[in-house]
Amino acid sequence: MSDHAAHHPINYVRIWFILVALLIVSVAGPMLGHPIITLITAFGIACVKAVMVARNFMHINLEQRYISYVIITVLVFVFLFFAGTSPDVMKAEGSGWVKPSWQAAASAANASEGGAAHH
Amino acid sequence: MSASARPIANTRSAAGIPTGKLAVWWVVASEIVIFGGLLAAYVMHRLAHDAWSVQAAHTNTWIGAFNTMVLLTSSLSAVLAHQAAERGDGPKAARLLGATMIGALTFLAVKAFEWTEEISHGFTITSSTFWSFYYTAAGLHASHVIAGAILMAWVAKDAAKNLELHRVELIGIYWHFVDIVWIFLFPLLYIAK
Repeated sequence: MSDHAAHHPINYVRIWFILVALLIVSVAGPMLGHPIITLITAFGIACVKAVMVARNFMHINLEQRYISYVIITVLVFVFLFFAGTSPDVMKAEGSGWVKPSWQAAASAANASEGGAAHH
Repeated sequence: MSASARPIANTRSAAGIPTGKLAVWWVVASEIVIFGGLLAAYVMHRLAHDAWSVQAAHTNTWIGAFNTMVLLTSSLSAVLAHQAAERGDGPKAARLLGATMIGALTFLAVKAFEWTEEISHGFTITSSTFWSFYYTAAGLHASHVIAGAILMAWVAKDAAKNLELHRVELIGIYWHFVDIVWIFLFPLLYIAK
């Protein structure tokens, strides 16, 4: 802990109470049954809690600045991994490749819907 | 041990912070890539397969929330141990690290109970891709909890004798990272249904 932290002591118990309150909100949010609210209360609050732990418990903001840069850099790499590979996982076809099983399932679903509409 | 014989992790700070602490931050950065890759793979598969929600509905939100509470509380005791070590109170730091270890053991006991229930209901690592991700992610995280608890016992043993108190902060940084990983695993595996 730096001199800065010594001069401006963090109330760790207060931080813990806030984290627990956020946990309660993240559990209660999905009970409203609205997807957008669930997204915000579950994943938005998870991001807020993670930043709170990193700043107040890990004291990352009191470290040398390059530590934050290292952490941000690896997070960017994880995002690039996601952006680069997610189309292969999430789409049925792309440039020079197809997923035959996905296309067959989609065709079967379309045929089923068409048959139902015809009757 | 004389000052000249102390390891460079304690005494050298060419990068502006003690080398031991720099090493822990490198571990954290490496772990972000490991867990980040796993969770990113989970998210892209989860978004591509709506049917996973049927499987995800079987995870117990209350157990996940309880374990989140346990880890948040263990993080509090870990940072209070760091605070005690900064003030030179090794025995108090050791006691607080002991409380953190109790949190780790509680987390693992709840996880063991939860997995036993799920496996007894037929949800095993080979049941479906969702359960493969579930057991891999939660299992990898649990292995980090076990490693953290063992390292913490080692650090607490020395801290109780007012030795190597700087290590209390180092194990704390690692432990808070383990907490952050669970903060993201909880909504992914227990809330998004």
